Amino acid sequence: MYVAVKGGEAAIANAHRLLADRRRGDRTLPSITIQQVVEQLGLAVDRVMAEASLYDRELAALAVRQARGDMIEAIFILRAYRTTLPRFGYSEPVDTATMKVERRVSATYKDLPGGQLLGPTFDYTHRLLDPSLIDDAAVEEPAVKEPGEHVMRVSDILDGEGLIEGDGRMPEGHVMGDLTREPMEFPMARDLRLQALARGDEGFLLALAYSTQRGYGRTHPFVGEVRIGEVEVELDLPELGFAVSLGVVRVTECQMVNQFMGSAKQPPQFTRGYGLVFGQSERKAMSMSLVDRALRTDEFSEDIVAPAQDQEFVISHADNVQATGFVEHLKLPHYVDFQAELDLVRRMRRDYDAARTGSQDGMKEAAE
Amino acid sequence: MTDLATYNFAYLDEQTKRMIRRAILKAIAIPGYQVPFASREMPMPYGWGTGGVQVTASILGPKDVLKVIDQGADDTTNAVSIRAFFQKVADVAVTTKTKEATIIQTRHRIPEEGLREGQTLVYQVPIPEPLRFLEPRETETRKMHALEEYGLMHVKLYEDIARNGHIATTYAYPVKVEGRYVMDPSPTPKFDNPKMHMSEALQLFGAGREKRIYAVPPYTEVVSLDFEDHPFEVQKFDKPCALCGAENVYLDEVVLDDKGGRMFACSDTDHCEDRRDCGHAGHMLARKEAAE
Repeated sequence: MYVAVKGGEAAIANAHRLLADRRRGDRTLPSITIQQVVEQLGLAVDRVMAEASLYDRELAALAVRQARGDMIEAIFILRAYRTTLPRFGYSEPVDTATMKVERRVSATYKDLPGGQLLGPTFDYTHRLLDPSLIDDAAVEEPAVKEPGEHVMRVSDILDGEGLIEGDGRMPEGHVMGDLTREPMEFPMARDLRLQALARGDEGFLLALAYSTQRGYGRTHPFVGEVRIGEVEVELDLPELGFAVSLGVVRVTECQMVNQFMGSAKQPPQFTRGYGLVFGQSERKAMSMSLVDRALRTDEFSEDIVAPAQDQEFVISHADNVQATGFVEHLKLPHYVDFQAELDLVRRMRRDYDAARTGSQDGMKEAAE
Repeated sequence: MTDLATYNFAYLDEQTKRMIRRAILKAIAIPGYQVPFASREMPMPYGWGTGGVQVTASILGPKDVLKVIDQGADDTTNAVSIRAFFQKVADVAVTTKTKEATIIQTRHRIPEEGLREGQTLVYQVPIPEPLRFLEPRETETRKMHALEEYGLMHVKLYEDIARNGHIATTYAYPVKVEGRYVMDPSPTPKFDNPKMHMSEALQLFGAGREKRIYAVPPYTEVVSLDFEDHPFEVQKFDKPCALCGAENVYLDEVVLDDKGGRMFACSDTDHCEDRRDCGHAGHMLARKEAAE
């Protein structure tokens, strides 16, 4: 007996109620607080801030909790909030040379001004499950050292010798783009590409970066340096005539140094790939810098032979909020179009069967 | 943290609406041309109607009456969800009646009932570029549109005929608008294509993820691509609607049991209910009412 499907509204309300129930889980356990997420799942919070392009630890933590730990869902929630915020200006570029560095490592020099600082890293931990975490054992206070000499940027060391291209510069008169306020257009300049990569999906960029290491668009990279720490964000107020500090953000920066043999336009020198990400995420910053360098084909007259070098391919597919929406929209009803396809396949099938029985009859006649 | 989020009428801020309205005006001025616009993140996923929602949010006024359909029906979950969104953020009057609506947002169908002057049909568009599956690069397809270079599309349709004896495109069937731009009508079945031609209503198309808006103004020529010896044809159903007896409408196939039982009923639920209210009945109608 056929009864048309009704009651979508009630079904949706009930689904949301069930979702809230599953989110809360066992009511006999205390619920996690936003502060606990901020403090103890800090790297999840960092990733959500980075890919949502909104620096607010508490809102990001709220999104993580609301999304039941689903990172892309949390990123989506925070992005949808960010987009409603008024825009009152663009900050000055942050000066990472004056960063209050907590970690800085260079793979290109054994020792260098400012030294190698390991900081809070998973590197060199043995990935053994730690039973002491089950019982919440006491944790030692960290050793803290007074800040020492200026942590010089590795690119500045190389620059002194003239062996590396300068810091990236946009052509004279170039107005800095804003990915969130203008439609994308290709070919896309490096300022917009870097914006897209900075909010791009960590996993997608990681895979692309990895592909360049395996021969799909090699860039001959060395980690000039990775640094993590706090930088000041300043806004230039024309009314005041000077820049005022808006606060401090924690960022991860990667300067990749890439060997380059030279071209008709450029002398042999080291070139750069750049990565800058909110919070602490070396994986993302390093991937970003590898992909940034791979995408700079036009500047170095390189042939585009691999996916990581193809800006339309990379930039159009790096945004996980867009990607997850479009992939998951396939679960929406498509039965009107499917009906049209069903009709077509039935018709083609009839033609096919008719042609086959026709030719079989023909063969029988020939045999007789 | 507590003073989170108070939203403007119809969610989008007025600056954003202004930007979208400019894109819409440009789209109306150049029928069928895809106007890039700075699409916003919406509080629903990309691919779920964010383009249509942004267009609707930008043209919606407090006196409008909104109808939202998905697959022709007002009660499919995503249509319910989008309608609820506008009720929440714009407190606007909603209806399921095609006649009463001033704005109809749709996914995959055009209502059976002819639209009137003053009505606006807003389509949700997943892939606005009709040439996309022939040429994946935006830089190339924009050039092709600029040069009116549509040979590739005709070759594709010709190959269909060479292979199958007929054109094997059943939905998102390409159209030429006002003799200039080839346009994707969004994934509506080609059955609906003739309704776009010389429509009295304004037709707006929003693609949020792809950041494009395009339009067909009222009384505009919309021609489905074809060949002289293979003219464009729409789907035909060999049975009328089982509930209202309508012919020459688009039908959904409903599986009744596990023994191959099927029935065909109007995809446009409002049209079907209207006809039944006027006393029309299909052969399954009595059975259905008995079940209730």
